[in-house]
Amino acid sequence: MPGAVADLRAARSSSSPSFPGPGPGPGAGAGKTVARLASLPGVGTASAVAARDEHAQVTGRVLPVLPALEDLLPWGGLRRGSTIAVRGSTSLLLALLAEATAVGSWAAVVGLPRLGVVAAGELGVEVSRLALVPRPGADFAAAAAALLDGVDLVVTGPPGRFGGTQTARRLSARARHRGAVLLAFGSWPGADMELRCTSARWSGLEGGSGYLREREVVVDAVGRGAAARPTRATLLLPGPDGTVTATGSAAVRPGLSPPEEVKVG
Amino acid sequence: MSGERAQQRQARMLVLWCPDWPVVAASAAAGLPAHLPAAVFAANRVVACSAVARAAGVTRDMRRREAQSRCPEIAVLAEDPDRDARLFEPVAAAVEELVVGVEVVRPGLVAVPVSGAAGYFGGELRLVELLVDHVSGVAGVECQIGIADGLFAATLAAHRSSLVDPGCSAEFLAPLSVTELDQPGSERAELVDLLRRLGLRTLGAFAALPEKDVVSRFGSVGLLAHRLARGQDERPPHRRRPPPELSAGRSFDPPLERVDAAAFMAKTLAGRFHDGLASRGLACTRLGIYATTEHGEQLSRVWRCAEPLTPEGIADRVRWQFEGWLRAGEGVRPTAGVTRIRLEPEETVEGRSLQLGLWRGGAEPAPGQGGEHTPEAERAGRALVHVQGLLGPDSVFTAVTEGGRGPAERVRLVPWGDQRAPSPGHEASWPERLPGPSPATVFEEPVPAVVAGAEGEEVGITGRYQVTGVPRQVAIDGGPARRVVEWAGPWPVLGRWWAGDGAGTCARMQVVLEGEGPERPGGALLLRWQGNESPLWTVEGVYD
Repeated sequence: MPGAVADLRAARSSSSPSFPGPGPGPGAGAGKTVARLASLPGVGTASAVAARDEHAQVTGRVLPVLPALEDLLPWGGLRRGSTIAVRGSTSLLLALLAEATAVGSWAAVVGLPRLGVVAAGELGVEVSRLALVPRPGADFAAAAAALLDGVDLVVTGPPGRFGGTQTARRLSARARHRGAVLLAFGSWPGADMELRCTSARWSGLEGGSGYLREREVVVDAVGRGAAARPTRATLLLPGPDGTVTATGSAAVRPGLSPPEEVKVG
Repeated sequence: MSGERAQQRQARMLVLWCPDWPVVAASAAAGLPAHLPAAVFAANRVVACSAVARAAGVTRDMRRREAQSRCPEIAVLAEDPDRDARLFEPVAAAVEELVVGVEVVRPGLVAVPVSGAAGYFGGELRLVELLVDHVSGVAGVECQIGIADGLFAATLAAHRSSLVDPGCSAEFLAPLSVTELDQPGSERAELVDLLRRLGLRTLGAFAALPEKDVVSRFGSVGLLAHRLARGQDERPPHRRRPPPELSAGRSFDPPLERVDAAAFMAKTLAGRFHDGLASRGLACTRLGIYATTEHGEQLSRVWRCAEPLTPEGIADRVRWQFEGWLRAGEGVRPTAGVTRIRLEPEETVEGRSLQLGLWRGGAEPAPGQGGEHTPEAERAGRALVHVQGLLGPDSVFTAVTEGGRGPAERVRLVPWGDQRAPSPGHEASWPERLPGPSPATVFEEPVPAVVAGAEGEEVGITGRYQVTGVPRQVAIDGGPARRVVEWAGPWPVLGRWWAGDGAGTCARMQVVLEGEGPERPGGALLLRWQGNESPLWTVEGVYD
């Protein structure tokens, strides 16, 4: 099965005009592979996917994110109905909320009592449109489901303590149905995408003096469907102005992709 | 003559008074124990203070600086009438369990007509005993009770914990000072001041003046005060509840057991209820939902909302409430279906407040004022109220950023539906605040940590806020020590230095820890050093 997925990724990137990247050239053999794969149920060619994404953008099916994060997400934003898992950095999670809440969407946070609201405000989140349900207790799933009905962005903790995989799948389905975006902090079974903050380097401190000022982080994005191509980006989170600044991003070679081999710049 | 006859007609009132209610409520909300001095301040002046603070010489209307100079350890609490009223609700409810017709005069003071209840419980003394026990048992607050003819006399009797015999209100009031006329909220300070300067020092002396002279000299304000001083009521008491015909109810046969059936019923019932209110020019801001099950269980929940409820809003709340009741876990769930439901307007406003809706989409209010009327805001509001139905009203919050130095004290959580007004000082400059970025993870309970130097010796902070050594390792919550890559600080915060336990003063330090492999990248911590006797390092937040 992993082999098949790798094939699929290769096929997609090869015929996609909007995803430049290394891959087999568009030859007759590849064309045949594409046709064969595209005939499978639930599989589409990259151009069709790209066209659909464009359509989605136009019809407001994608919630905006800060410009620095656009390259990380295959839809250039948070596609409504998707589930995105964020690991390793609360700031990254908050940065994803920033642009959407600033332009009028509401966000709700369930079961994360330690969220730093001041930091959220500094990263650009409109705090007045951020609802907090710090302690849902055993009603975690019910509360999250109720929020998915009316709030565009719902942030949850990991479902582990509240029913595990079953709950996770039910909530993801609810998000898909209602057109909300489910952002999970921690691993989430069946997420459409996973953003993982792998390394962080702070600057600003110097042997007792200074203040924390900037942090360079490396974010890996992997996912399914349109997000199948792993992407890696280097960001300043926070950057010199307090919000997110991109310093570089690169598509990770599909198929054989040990992250260490990829040049970041 | 006419005065005496009026006095006989006057209702005999029982007043239950919780002394220093604003302080009691504020301390309860802040979790302060009752034996510490505390006072509530508005515009830098004492509004109310606790008995301990009063013993130290703090009085009403005193400036904050003076109060703090007389009682340095006094806890300074902010005035919040909404909080006072909300916390007083259980007290009023406790009184209501024994006596009907409860009127909340203001938070901290309830009045009830005494005649029926005293007869039922076997005398006024017995009723007073029962009420004091019941209120302290159920609501957990101390209270004093007074009984007299008329609300004013009963209020003063409650301040002195005395029972005034029927018809003796005027005699009871006569020796008291005229300053008693200036009860909170009555705004008679000017009149009282004038009376005192005219040499009328007691209520009896003021009451002895002929009524028509009082009117010609002091006008209508003086007339009202004169009536009170003579032991008469300024107005008949209003009952706490609106007239009962505003409530809407319905019985069900067979009983309601499914949420979808309840949702269907909720629509028609909500429409009828709303029409009933609208025909009297009213709209509902607090909705009581009461249900009776087949086995006679009584279920009730009061919904509070910031804006007057529309028919859809009422229907939603009824549906959510049914969801909460019928889908509750074993043991909490009612044992039978609902046979009767009643909607009651617990609080109403003039219906024209709803008319504002006409201008929706026009002028956009500034975000954060809670007055957004975009479709997103309305949808989100409904979802949040729904969650409140599942988890209770104090489960959903929005955050207001406040003044303060630490990352935790800069955030106040406001329950959804309450006014989210920032308190004064949130835009002032806070000199000892660290510049951004702020930690993205802030612990509610600070996590203990051990900071050590290269040789493992513990690193602390001296009295002059210098580190005793270069921090090289940090162990969090008893875990293994992690190497410190960089550090900065300490930055002292010298707030409330007079508090004995060093509660206000602390020092903060930022450290960057080394990563442990690709799975655990290094992070930066905000550490805090606090305590005078046995100071400790704690992790206040993580920059992750």
